[in-house]
Amino acid sequence: MSEITLKIDGKEVKANEGMTIFDAAESAGINIPTLCHHEKLQPYTACRICTVEIEERGRTNLDTACSCPVENGMIVRTRSPNIDNIRKTLLELMLSHAPDAPLIVDLAKEYGADKDRFEKEPMFCILCGLCVRYCNEVKQKHVITFVDRGTNREIAFIPELAAKECWDCKECFPLCPTEYAQATYMLTRALIGDEKQ
Amino acid sequence: MPKIASISELEKLRAGILAKRSQETKYIAVCGGTGCHSRDNEKLAKIFAESLKKNGIKDTQIKKTGCLGFCEQGPVAIIYPEGIFYCRVTAEDVPEIVTETIANNKVVERLLYKNDETGERIVHENEIPFYEGQLRSTIADNNRIDPQSIEDYLAIGGYGALCRVLQQNTPDQVIAEVKKASIRGRSGNGFAAGRKWEACQKAEADTKYIICNCHEGDPGAFVDRRMIEANPHNILEGMLIGAFAMKATEGYIFVGDEFPLTVRNIETAIKQAEEHGLLGENILGSGLNFRVMVYIDGGNYVCGESTALMASMEGRIGEPIAKYDHATEHGLFGKPTDLNNLQTWANVPLIMSKGADWYTTIGTERSKGTRVFSLSGTVKNSGIVEVKMGTSFRKIVFEIGSGVKDHRKFKAVEVGGPMGGFIPESELDMPVDFDELTKAGLTLGPGLIVIDESNCIVEMVRYFMTFLSNESCGKCTPCREGLRQMIKIMNRIVKGKGTMADLGLLEAIARVQKSAALCALGKGASNTLSSALKNFRAEFEAHINEKQCPAGVCRMPAVVK
Repeated sequence: MSEITLKIDGKEVKANEGMTIFDAAESAGINIPTLCHHEKLQPYTACRICTVEIEERGRTNLDTACSCPVENGMIVRTRSPNIDNIRKTLLELMLSHAPDAPLIVDLAKEYGADKDRFEKEPMFCILCGLCVRYCNEVKQKHVITFVDRGTNREIAFIPELAAKECWDCKECFPLCPTEYAQATYMLTRALIGDEKQ
Repeated sequence: MPKIASISELEKLRAGILAKRSQETKYIAVCGGTGCHSRDNEKLAKIFAESLKKNGIKDTQIKKTGCLGFCEQGPVAIIYPEGIFYCRVTAEDVPEIVTETIANNKVVERLLYKNDETGERIVHENEIPFYEGQLRSTIADNNRIDPQSIEDYLAIGGYGALCRVLQQNTPDQVIAEVKKASIRGRSGNGFAAGRKWEACQKAEADTKYIICNCHEGDPGAFVDRRMIEANPHNILEGMLIGAFAMKATEGYIFVGDEFPLTVRNIETAIKQAEEHGLLGENILGSGLNFRVMVYIDGGNYVCGESTALMASMEGRIGEPIAKYDHATEHGLFGKPTDLNNLQTWANVPLIMSKGADWYTTIGTERSKGTRVFSLSGTVKNSGIVEVKMGTSFRKIVFEIGSGVKDHRKFKAVEVGGPMGGFIPESELDMPVDFDELTKAGLTLGPGLIVIDESNCIVEMVRYFMTFLSNESCGKCTPCREGLRQMIKIMNRIVKGKGTMADLGLLEAIARVQKSAALCALGKGASNTLSSALKNFRAEFEAHINEKQCPAGVCRMPAVVK
């Protein structure tokens, strides 16, 4: 693998080809906020919180640091008025679902996001998909899935599989930024019971 | 039918068909497009046949063609070779047409197209303003062929461009010709098709795919399906030329399952082409191997996006993914894939038979050829129109479409569907041109919806947003949550409960969507809103400040004085 050099927030960073901007920044001690990213999972690019400014061949564009591969000579800015504004609005949209989730509240403080800017929503899931993807990609149990699409999208535990698999695992619970996965599992369990108990 | 093994055999077959038909110049074209289909044209064709039989007329054929374009006046029947155009033909009119026009060469006055302004009746198809202003090239043959008959297509010289290419050109020459023709992707983004082809040709792989995107889910767009319904062999020919140029072995036609007539016509055409040896192994003895399959999608709008389209075809959830290489390198099943819009494919046989030099004489400096639109809304003459690039939208709406219905005042024409925008009266002279539209913040989508003073822009934007919120995949935050909140705000505004601060909120969400959403759908989800706010801000303000809907569409609370 060939080594390449890029600039992140003015700092020269060495990285290997195939790394993402997020990986390169992390190795250099530069923090980029993420919500749907997990080192064991494929990039998902859904929360868009890790959006950064990338300057390449004279053009500036925005992309998600968790997915965008590094290139030699790339100039990356992880903070700018534009980036901060995007993150602020995204957080405000998420706060309408999860106004008390610690991870989101902390980020909201940093970016000055107002939890009351948008009307509240009853479902406190932000659809980061960590539970679904962890169950699919790492555990390969396929118990949790997305249901429906667009604004009707939600997560669901497949009851028959959940009854068999979940009690001894529960590894998705700590991944969830809003505890919605846990709540959904508990609801599923209350409805159909558990084979292990 | 034995397979045709060589080009000379194909030419022999064609000569045979033409010789057999040399006496058959008289025929009645009954429109079999989806619009006329819904008005029972099946029955109409049958009654025509019965009536001809009853009157002992044997020299006139009935041809159930694909869409003839003039949907407003359907079901349409055109008597050839004279080109006498009858509108809104019902079963009761058929005996009269047969006894008067077919038997006695007399025109049935009351069925002719009536010019609304002058009141005069127009006899011939090409004299009707709707057709006069158009340049029909990719859809020109629709009135001459029955889409379910490969013989009809061969009779008009079909697969001739393919033969010429196989005989005279190398793949490189074909790509050079397509590049020279400067044809740009008709999906609306206007990417140079030749460059895409070249990239796909250069990619090394054992299997390469080409896909024809006939998904077309925009509300108010009905072009692609009508084109392939009317002339499916033209698309197959285009794809065959593409396969030869890019050395692709498999082709897919991606179509939504809400188009049953389209699927039937394509499947029939593929079957006929296979039986004739025009698809399969060693096509016409040239060594070209190519098969085409139809992929019927569940009908999710976001699957028109290329990465979602391919995900759906691979059997995964139809969701866009972030990709950093082109589909021409790693596309469908990881193989080099060329994805073109149906209208782009429809232009290929034309370019190869008439040449790039001819093709580039049509259109503007940087947008060549023609563009087929579906014209609908409150326009007098709705239908499928094909105009050369550079034609002004004013001409399309006021000459071809004959203006707005019921003497109402024109407000705007919506172009580009749910991710498009509005062209108001003041900008109507804008030409049909990829770059001009991009400059104005619009995309050159296939659907044109004319709206007048009785249509509420606010309500229309709300409708498009609701459509997108149901059709988006719901993966990324700005698109899903942004649309959710925007719809809440729009719902408040149309009920007269909005505030001026709401407009600021809408604009803030729109900004984030445009810059941070994952795919083109999310990035464009607020396009209609931005365009409406730019051109018709006063209408939003009337809803908010005066609690009034100027168009009288939205139900407002009673004002207590």
